[in-house]
Amino acid sequence: MSKSVIETPPKGGFSFDLCKRNEMLSKKGVNPPSFRKTGTTIVGLIFQDGVILGADTRATEGPIVCDKNCEKIHYMAPNIYCCGAGTAADTEAVTAIVILLCLCSDMVSSQLQLHRYHTGRESRVVTALTLLKRHLFNYQGYVSAALVLGGVDVTGPHLHTIYPHGSTDTLPFATMGSGSLAAMAVFESKYREGLTVSSPIPFFWSLIFLFQRNEGIELVTEAICSGIFNDLGSGSNVDICVITKGGKEYLRNHLQPNPRTYTSSKGYSFPKKTEVLLTKIIPLKEKVEIIEGGDAMEE
Amino acid sequence: MPPFLVGKARVSLVFASFTMTKQQANWSPYDNNGGSCVAIAGADYCVIAADTRMSTGYNILTRDYSKICKLYIYQHQHNKQMSCPAMAQLLSNTLYYKRFFPYYSFNVLGGLDNEGKGCVFTYDAVGSYEKVGYSSQGSGSTLIMPFLDNQLKSPSPLLLPAQDAVTPLVEAEAIDLVKTVFASASERDIYTGDKLELVIVNAAGIRREYMELRKD
Repeated sequence: MSKSVIETPPKGGFSFDLCKRNEMLSKKGVNPPSFRKTGTTIVGLIFQDGVILGADTRATEGPIVCDKNCEKIHYMAPNIYCCGAGTAADTEAVTAIVILLCLCSDMVSSQLQLHRYHTGRESRVVTALTLLKRHLFNYQGYVSAALVLGGVDVTGPHLHTIYPHGSTDTLPFATMGSGSLAAMAVFESKYREGLTVSSPIPFFWSLIFLFQRNEGIELVTEAICSGIFNDLGSGSNVDICVITKGGKEYLRNHLQPNPRTYTSSKGYSFPKKTEVLLTKIIPLKEKVEIIEGGDAMEE
Repeated sequence: MPPFLVGKARVSLVFASFTMTKQQANWSPYDNNGGSCVAIAGADYCVIAADTRMSTGYNILTRDYSKICKLYIYQHQHNKQMSCPAMAQLLSNTLYYKRFFPYYSFNVLGGLDNEGKGCVFTYDAVGSYEKVGYSSQGSGSTLIMPFLDNQLKSPSPLLLPAQDAVTPLVEAEAIDLVKTVFASASERDIYTGDKLELVIVNAAGIRREYMELRKD
């Protein structure tokens, strides 16, 4: 005697059931809840044999900072990382292997992992690029994620930018987010072709490599700092990720140029402010019977 | 003691509607420049403070804009030092004259009254004012006001007698409170930051202090 309700498993993808209701509500003047946007500065640049990605760490909800130290550099593959600007949930959902956010058909990084199992090879940056742009184009710009994708694979270092509608660019240096103009100003004045030209003196290779890498990190830090101090949507700390053929180096909070300016020495107490106006205690009837003897649990 | 005026400009953006209905105005004379200001009245002092950042949209226009000004004109016209309640009324009238095209400015007036007690008046954009013990206005006021309420106001008007409009804090404690409040507001409000300008008015005179705030 079973009921005729068949339990169907929940479908993947977005559910558009509430669209009509939302339209009706917005006509009546009810505003939809605001999304947590990342007014952001994200940058990437290619240097000798590698890619450096940088990002700030502030997430804003309108004029209020909701996260002072969030992570904007997301993992895609061991040799590929992606910075995201736009709606925070979207950038995370698109790139992460977080199981909860199964709104989209697949997470790109888990897709890459499956692809790696299938092919038996290291993932290529263009693979990640194609998967991401297909996903974003599919949603016609509604998944509001602007990404800077960088990595090193067998074909060399690559850097791409991906826009919310699905278009992409391949660049030697790139910036995205509300602070992109400030960061691009730094890159345009200080980026050197020398950072990507191979050294003519192989004997000093390692020294020059180190010098170029540090120069690259310095330049990226400077660009992000420019975004942090001149753009109100970006702030707090600088995150850096250096990807080379040998591996990756994720420098979380590489620079922290914004410590708290003043902490009171005496501190503040918060006395209980809820005043008790009336106390009324109603004893509940006994509902539990206590059975004496411990035989019930013995095997 | 001549009173001090701290003000903020506020935004009013008129969005154009791109449908078949009548097209609305695309240009607005108002712009939001952000920032916050606070004033606390004590038994024999008054602390007035504001940040010095002026911004528009996501950009910073200047990091060093003083929002606190001292008012002299009454003294020239009436040949006597202006009292705080008189100034309060003057400001209210000035704002109300522009009732139908307002100065979009949210003000806090602070100073000492004739007896030397601190007094703070808080305004809205069209001149409605009230004498209070402390007040804050601006983009950070939603973050600052609850903290001031918690620390300075009595818990509930139902049980305890209503407190005097003047806070029981000592001057040094009030300054500490203001600094803490601005440091916290600049952590979470993107429009508040750069530098804090403090003006302390007491029987000895007027003193200005500056404190660095977050610059990001």
